Amino acid sequence: MTPDLHLWLIPLVPFAGFLVNGLLGRKFPKALVTAVALICSLVPAIQVAAIVTNFGSLTLPYLESHGAWIVAGSFHADFAFQLDQLTLVMLCVITGVGFLIHLYSVGYMAEEEGYWRFFAYMNLFLFFMLTLVLAENFLLMFVGWEGVGLTSYLLIGFWFTRDSAANAGKKAFIVNRIGDFGFLIAMFLLIAHFGSLSFGDVFTQIAAHPEWQSGFLTAIALFLVLGAIGKSAQIPLYVWLPDAMEGPTPVSALIHAATMVTAGVYMIARTHVIFDRSPLALAVVATIGVATAFFAATIGILQTDIKRVLAYSTISQLGYMFLGCGVAAYSAGIFHLVTHAFFKALLFLAAGSVIHALSGEQDMRAMGGLRKKIPVTFWTMTAAVLAISGIPPFAGFVSKDEILYQTFLSPNGGKIFWAVGLLTAGLTSFYMFRLWYLTFFGERRTSDAAHEEERGAPVHARSDAKLTLEADPHAHPVHESPWVMLVPLVILAVLSVVGGFMGWPEGFGGNNWFAHFLEPAVKTVHMSYEQTSVALATGAANTPHASPAGSKSLELTLAAVSTVVALLGWLFAYILYCAKPALPARLAQQLHAVYSLVRNKYWIDEIYGALIVAPVLFIARWLLGVLIDRAVIDGGTLTAGYTAQGFGALVARIQSGNIRSYAGWLALFAAVLLAISYFGFFPHFSLR
Amino acid sequence: MVPIAYYLVLSAVLFSIGVAAFLIKRNIISVFMSIELMLNAVNLAFIAFSRQWSQISGHLQVNGQIFVFFVMVVAAAEAAVGLAIIIAIFRARNTLNVDQIDLMKL
Repeated sequence: MTPDLHLWLIPLVPFAGFLVNGLLGRKFPKALVTAVALICSLVPAIQVAAIVTNFGSLTLPYLESHGAWIVAGSFHADFAFQLDQLTLVMLCVITGVGFLIHLYSVGYMAEEEGYWRFFAYMNLFLFFMLTLVLAENFLLMFVGWEGVGLTSYLLIGFWFTRDSAANAGKKAFIVNRIGDFGFLIAMFLLIAHFGSLSFGDVFTQIAAHPEWQSGFLTAIALFLVLGAIGKSAQIPLYVWLPDAMEGPTPVSALIHAATMVTAGVYMIARTHVIFDRSPLALAVVATIGVATAFFAATIGILQTDIKRVLAYSTISQLGYMFLGCGVAAYSAGIFHLVTHAFFKALLFLAAGSVIHALSGEQDMRAMGGLRKKIPVTFWTMTAAVLAISGIPPFAGFVSKDEILYQTFLSPNGGKIFWAVGLLTAGLTSFYMFRLWYLTFFGERRTSDAAHEEERGAPVHARSDAKLTLEADPHAHPVHESPWVMLVPLVILAVLSVVGGFMGWPEGFGGNNWFAHFLEPAVKTVHMSYEQTSVALATGAANTPHASPAGSKSLELTLAAVSTVVALLGWLFAYILYCAKPALPARLAQQLHAVYSLVRNKYWIDEIYGALIVAPVLFIARWLLGVLIDRAVIDGGTLTAGYTAQGFGALVARIQSGNIRSYAGWLALFAAVLLAISYFGFFPHFSLR
Repeated sequence: MVPIAYYLVLSAVLFSIGVAAFLIKRNIISVFMSIELMLNAVNLAFIAFSRQWSQISGHLQVNGQIFVFFVMVVAAAEAAVGLAIIIAIFRARNTLNVDQIDLMKL
């Protein structure tokens, strides 16, 4: 019945592409590198498409095992893949958006020196990301988890000759490490309690024990959350994502917007069985999510670097996804993940196209008036801005509204979360339209000489290699990007417009197909609830699904409210950045304290630097470096060496070169031996 | 029949004279001769023990005598090589005083 899907091919094809390009790419002509990279990202997409076409005939979850990897006693971790609705959604996003971004990169990276290296890393990223979502156990998932962290590091530091890029890569890697630590602890706890890391085993065991509530499941869930907030850049570990914008723009689009950073959301949805049993962990997820969404949105308002605005926007949107998962509306979270992948990838790619058009300029203060000059970029970006701002009927509106609606219905502080989420939606709309107006409207603000002089070098540096050909970047005419970059923009724009109809809510006469499609993968929510109702007598069970049923009119009202809020955000952005462009500066002066606080990102980087980095460096340099390393370890070995040397120097005097002195020593000690053995000082060594 | 102790005492005396001469004499030829003296003292002990062993066991024991032949052969070879080296040293250093031949010290 179920055909062999050869799931293992999906990640391995990009890996083959990585091997070919990574090992031989340096010698290859550019066209061959391009062909290998594109084919190796297209083949998985085709395979996924083939799976989609006959998805209905599969028995789910479809499992595929390729032998044991680690066997120790009764514990074993296999090379096992699984396919269910959740995996399929992720596969579609990763391979689809992934291929489009590969295509885009062909144009964007055309002039770069490390062309082959870039595509090798990109293919490697696809390999790890696909492993992550296909894995059937925590350990294999962890392989992908670590691998995407590695490729993220490699790609952020792609221009490794630039200090800021190298440091940003290190920062991303180290901050992620904190989260990975949580994931590891969670795995240890899972092994200790379940003796298995397989999703199937663990979830079956939990389902069979409805009396398991909170307790160790909360501990596991919280450690998993720690992993998720590291990877998905949530408070307090979000600091690496804005710096990650040092990487090439397609990397920001693929890894730091569409796929890798959503791994945390995927992980929570995948392990929702554990979270369902732990109201505390869910509350933590929701709180972190909504706090991050709001906090990052406020920072995004005053950023001037176009990519950094998008980075903070990504953090904020990830916060929404966390909020969705935190109120146990996993399908809403995943739905937002999908639409976000569309419009945020599009935003980044369009921003890349703008940067490309301006020969490396990333500062929005030096943009403006680009509407007519790069029309395709303008219109596609407009679609994305409308989508992320939550203007109906664009994709972002539907998914964001679904999350807000579910939050509103949630019993655990749902109204407060909803209010903050709504406010964030307004902020989102504001800063996205600010970006839109600053970039595309008004006059071109290139002659701002002072600030050009001031920040010229780092901003322009190498973001676009064409810069090196031109002495003055602004002498280079503003130009629309080549078709190879525009095609992905247009496709993603179409998806951003229509993507929402996948999950068109029932309140508007839709059937919320997406949620129903995902339901089997997250269905245990309800099953476990019914089972736990047995355990309700103990009073321990308190699942967050005991929510009051929503109504269509409520859904409509909430949607109307959030639409009004989004439009208000647009209006404010219009007033401040289009109608009265002098106003922002006046406001900034009047609210100087607040302005500088937000402008400097709440000094979070500086606070972390003082509270965490400085003490760690102090310990590393002085306690470990000087005391332990130099005094104890170096001191110990040096003492041993000098002792041997000194003793050797002493004994070496015996070897005088005088033959008769040698003979004398020989005779003397022979006599001593004879005496010892004859007089029997040692019982086992005696002549008698 | 001379008791074995006599031979062993003679052997020990010869060996001690050899050692003393080895330590005292400066002329390398004399040192060489004292080595021969020590070797022959050992040979004497071997022969004595060989005879003693034959008497105790009641039939001929030749192990010790075979050892002596080996020692003699090796001593002859050593003498040949050693004398050649001595001649070479004399040609090079124009002296046979061992105290002055200390090139190999550290």
